[in-house]
Amino acid sequence: MRITVTVDGTKYTDEVEPRTLLVHHLREKLGKVGTVVGCDTSNCGACTVHLDGHSVKSCSVLAVQADGCEVTTIEGLARDGQLHPVQKAFHDNHALQCGFCTPGMIMQSIDLLADNPDPDEQAVREGLEGNLCRCTGYQNIVRAVRDAAQHMSPGAGPEAERITENKHVGVGGD
Amino acid sequence: MTATIEPEVGKSRRRKEDERLITGRTRWTDNIALPGMLHMAVLRSPFAHAKIVSIDTSAAKGAAGVVAVFTAKDLDPDSSIGMPCAWPITPDMKAPRRPVLAADQVNFAGEGVAVVVARTSAEAHDALEEIDVEYDELPVILDMEAAIADGAPLVHEDQGSNTSAVWKFDSGEAGTGGNVEEAISSAEVVVKRRFRQQRLVPAFMEPRACVVDPTGTQLTMWSATQVPHILRVMSALTLGIPEHKLRVIAPDVGGGFGGKIGVLPEEMMSLLVAQKLGKPVKWNESRSETMLAAHHGRDQIQDITITSTRDGRVTGLKVELLANLGAYNGLVGTGVPILGAFMFNAIYKIPAYHFACTNVYTTTTLTDAYRGAGRPEATFAIERIMDELAAELGMDPMELREKNWIKHEEFPFTTVAGLTYDSGNYEAATAKAKQLFDYDGLRAEQEKRRASGDKVQLGIGISTFTEMCGLAPSRVLGSLDYGAGGWEHAAIRMLPTGKVEVITGASAHGQGHETAWSQIVADQLGVAFEDVEIIHGDTQSSHKGMDTYGSRSLVVGGIAVVKAAEKVVAKAKPIAAHLLECAEDDLEFANGKFTVKGTDTSTGIADIALAVFAAHNLPDGVEPSLDSDATFDPENFSYPHGTHLCAAEVDTETGRIKLRSYVCVDDVGVAVNPLIVEGQVHGGLAQGIAQALFEGTEHDESGTLTTGTFADYLLPSAADLPSFTTDRTETPSTTNPLGAKGVGEAGTIASTPAVVNAVIDAVRHFGVNDIEMPLTPMRVWHAVQHGTTDAGGPGRGEAGGGLGSIDASGGAQ
Repeated sequence: MRITVTVDGTKYTDEVEPRTLLVHHLREKLGKVGTVVGCDTSNCGACTVHLDGHSVKSCSVLAVQADGCEVTTIEGLARDGQLHPVQKAFHDNHALQCGFCTPGMIMQSIDLLADNPDPDEQAVREGLEGNLCRCTGYQNIVRAVRDAAQHMSPGAGPEAERITENKHVGVGGD
Repeated sequence: MTATIEPEVGKSRRRKEDERLITGRTRWTDNIALPGMLHMAVLRSPFAHAKIVSIDTSAAKGAAGVVAVFTAKDLDPDSSIGMPCAWPITPDMKAPRRPVLAADQVNFAGEGVAVVVARTSAEAHDALEEIDVEYDELPVILDMEAAIADGAPLVHEDQGSNTSAVWKFDSGEAGTGGNVEEAISSAEVVVKRRFRQQRLVPAFMEPRACVVDPTGTQLTMWSATQVPHILRVMSALTLGIPEHKLRVIAPDVGGGFGGKIGVLPEEMMSLLVAQKLGKPVKWNESRSETMLAAHHGRDQIQDITITSTRDGRVTGLKVELLANLGAYNGLVGTGVPILGAFMFNAIYKIPAYHFACTNVYTTTTLTDAYRGAGRPEATFAIERIMDELAAELGMDPMELREKNWIKHEEFPFTTVAGLTYDSGNYEAATAKAKQLFDYDGLRAEQEKRRASGDKVQLGIGISTFTEMCGLAPSRVLGSLDYGAGGWEHAAIRMLPTGKVEVITGASAHGQGHETAWSQIVADQLGVAFEDVEIIHGDTQSSHKGMDTYGSRSLVVGGIAVVKAAEKVVAKAKPIAAHLLECAEDDLEFANGKFTVKGTDTSTGIADIALAVFAAHNLPDGVEPSLDSDATFDPENFSYPHGTHLCAAEVDTETGRIKLRSYVCVDDVGVAVNPLIVEGQVHGGLAQGIAQALFEGTEHDESGTLTTGTFADYLLPSAADLPSFTTDRTETPSTTNPLGAKGVGEAGTIASTPAVVNAVIDAVRHFGVNDIEMPLTPMRVWHAVQHGTTDAGGPGRGEAGGGLGSIDASGGAQ
């Protein structure tokens, strides 16, 4: 089947098998290897991307379902050489070690913050429930998300406002 | 005058590694795509134990996209290839051959039977279903005690027994202490318990993967491995590939925790298949395959006997283990319980000690190193039995520990297991932890809740632990019959512009070596942190190494870096003297500059590097190079320690556990980067707590792994864990120049018994003195309801491994 997907601002038209998952389309066809596969049961969340502004586990979406959609991956977050506030917060708070879960964690965190711009610790923990990390024990991830929230308040800069303008009802990761 | 530069060591530097990891510009093995690359998939046995009657691959060979299908007869026609085991723990240890692909018999569910190579991964996996294998089932052997009973069916018929080896240590025989049997027969108090270390999955987030490119002048293998150097030499030895024709690259590796320490059959298959086809081949596994076929950890039955005087002075410790190897010997799995042998006595002065371990084959996935490897099991047993002894004595468990531990002024201290702990201050760490935890306040609240019969009971768990880090002095490994040394290599290349390339053999998989090593080199050479580049994980650029495991990177690999830097300074000194026209003895080196003592005249390391590059004006006979090479072999292990305190609330009506607070004070000696140390502790705590509360593999009667996905195997999420209070004391190691001790495993080792002790403490007044891990609500509820020592419930046999007997008769006989 022929599909057209806009990924990180670039439009791609490709032939895909009907069974191809979005994550495999991104990785294998489009070379967007920043998004990774950690499990085959959609439990780990490593493959989380944004589909039309909502976080999805791209192993749970068929590529054909993304036809005509906009996808944002970890590779499309930084703009004009500036890290997204959530990316920066992950670095500042040592919220990653091996980094394999990190793209998915960051994408999910952005969606979480769009839904709740000032989450308390429990809200962050529950909002990230669908993303597994084996290295950090989550504490610094939680810290990073709350730190990012402070830097993404309205008026905190164009990057932050880009996020808040896209505010929508969160879908909790799936 | 030169301003003093603030030292880098001790700074919470944010990590150099992060930039590529937070932007998706990483190089995972599965990202590698080469021209003409084919994809390999492995057909795995659905049976735990079966004869292979026939394999029909004809349909698969004709399937869409398939390039080739191989069975053992194709890949290894002479049955000459056996996966390596580096640790023959006894001269008579059994060594059943582990083939790359099973030829005649499968010995665990998940063992490879055939491989398909196709244009795409999807086509390769499709074709697996076209392979027709006829099996003739054999008896499944899952239980270790049944496996070693007389007349038990055998995993390997030709080995004559399911006992692989028995390894013993006795302090009376070794001359490090007394005789345990005498301690038991003369003891005022004897407490015995049986603990089970359930089988765990390391569960690194990046599944294993491997790419082999045979198209160049040598074979290049990328692998998601912890051990590229070991993998290279083992591949050469296993397959007969000339070592210099094989380059192994561990690119970014998404976690290991010991789970990527093996030399894999799939890696060997990939090498063989790529060579046969002459094309690059990629193998990457699904998570379900990881759960089945990557090695597991723990899985021991521990029978522990401790003896003491009525006033709480420990007099003896006897440890009898059964360790489940799975179906074969892993690369180092045979030795994992032996590492634990040295740690059961932990921080305590125990006068008599006996340890015996029986390694057992069963028809299950192999076990091998998992974070802590032997030491978490040991720490769990001693910290649990100390609580049981305290309960028997009616003594506060902290008081019992304080009474028996090695005092600060007694270091260095040689333990009953024969190790010499260089430094430690258990008092300081404990005092700090108790204060952060509000130990006395929580004990008071516990009393109140108990008195009022509150349905939510409070328990306090203690774990005062030490571990041996920095694996390991080569002579010690030699004495334990390990097949390699424990040294580490580093090299420094001074570039003409004064920038520095550092090559380390300690290949990282998420720990932050690039940052910590840069800090070390910045201090040693007086260069900027940003001016240091760390090169690792490629046997071509990092040509020697022993890789990363056992919290050895910093205290072995980091010290090698220090040694290499010292050599750079030593090489620079005569050149500096020549350039400054002074005697070498008149020079002092600090902050990157050689200064003529008592003057302002100086030259920097960068100036010397440029002078060396030009080589126009060097002293006679001096080679134009500041580059250095150093290999460091430690003289001793390092012994970090700490005090971990856990407060758990247990709902006695539902069995639900809530960790109310978790406080730990770890002493890892000098912390090169406190931010990284804290992160390592957090992650370690999560893994140790997960063993206590969440994780555990289960097999059904047929030997099928019923916890074979992340949907079934409960890895904790952010919502399942609390925030931790972590702090440090700093007692420098006296056996290395950094004073560092290692931190990679501490959190995991210490936290499991802290949590279990807390839960038992909460419900002990119901008559509970053990609950099998993981402490599921069902098990906790069952224990409370039945007021027994045995949790019973799901996953528990009739025998009730938690049944402990207490003999407080004031001395046997």
